[in-house]
Amino acid sequence: MDAIKFVHEQMTPKKELPAFRPGDNIIVSYKIVEGEKERIQNFRGDVIQINGEGATKTFTVRKISNGVGVERIFPFAAPGIVEIKVTKRGKVRRAKLFYLRGLVGKKARIKERKFVKK
Amino acid sequence: MNGLIGKKIGMTSVYNDAGRNVPCTVIEVGPCVVTQVKTAESDGYSAIQVGFSEAKAKNTSKALQGHFDNAKTTPKRKVAEFRDFETDKALGETITVDEVFEEGDFVNAIGTSKGKGFQGVVKRHGFAGVNDATHGQHNRQRAPGSIGAASYPAKVFKGMRMAGRDGGRQVKIQNLEVVKIFAERNLMLVKGAVPGHKGAYVILEK
Repeated sequence: MDAIKFVHEQMTPKKELPAFRPGDNIIVSYKIVEGEKERIQNFRGDVIQINGEGATKTFTVRKISNGVGVERIFPFAAPGIVEIKVTKRGKVRRAKLFYLRGLVGKKARIKERKFVKK
Repeated sequence: MNGLIGKKIGMTSVYNDAGRNVPCTVIEVGPCVVTQVKTAESDGYSAIQVGFSEAKAKNTSKALQGHFDNAKTTPKRKVAEFRDFETDKALGETITVDEVFEEGDFVNAIGTSKGKGFQGVVKRHGFAGVNDATHGQHNRQRAPGSIGAASYPAKVFKGMRMAGRDGGRQVKIQNLEVVKIFAERNLMLVKGAVPGHKGAYVILEK
């Protein structure tokens, strides 16, 4: 395991991403390559899980687009991620928010965490 | 063929220059000690035998201990031979990863696959099974089907693929790309999977 950690330290450049946790609403800006051209696209939604650790750690963002639930999994180490903005802190009681998949409309809201620990 | 012995550390994934995620196996390769040099004059063919991974002397047979003493080295756990190894290393000298492999090379990995135990024909031989749970099927979904005709030939042909012990045999995976080499830690990253469990010995040849 030690050797794998060493490989991760050597191969993954350090990136400063803001701290967020499941339940938070975030905007992920990531690069898209279309043929020759490169552009930046935003994906805004709720973080429903943080999975794994080390260089293969990922987070899943869920949003409702035109009435259809869309989920995207981003690796923390992905070089395509330009920026992450936290728009809302959510108050949730579990680490994986898969129950949101079965809910629509007002039920699928997440309460806001008003008092954030410094 | 040039090569070395390594130990599988585990798998991970890294990003290449194009930003693509590449699945990789981390292998600790060498340093290997030359334990025997075979030449056309003495053995009829040219080859180099290398040893890897320290072994306890009490767990090494006297015959092997004598063999390692000839090379003036400590007992090793894994020994392998590479024919026509292009090197000028003499008996007892060590070979490291960066002396044999380069990033971008394509290597073959030989190892013993993970033992799977007694498996049916679907897993062991890739039979399709019956892809239907209804239409008269009851408990036949992974059954092998017919194994031959009746009164002629009145026997089951030899080599008929059936259920049995699976895995735990030698497997060679060809043309794995060397993604990265960390010479100071004797580590090598190859793209894709390598046979065997973590800690298993792997023979890498170029």
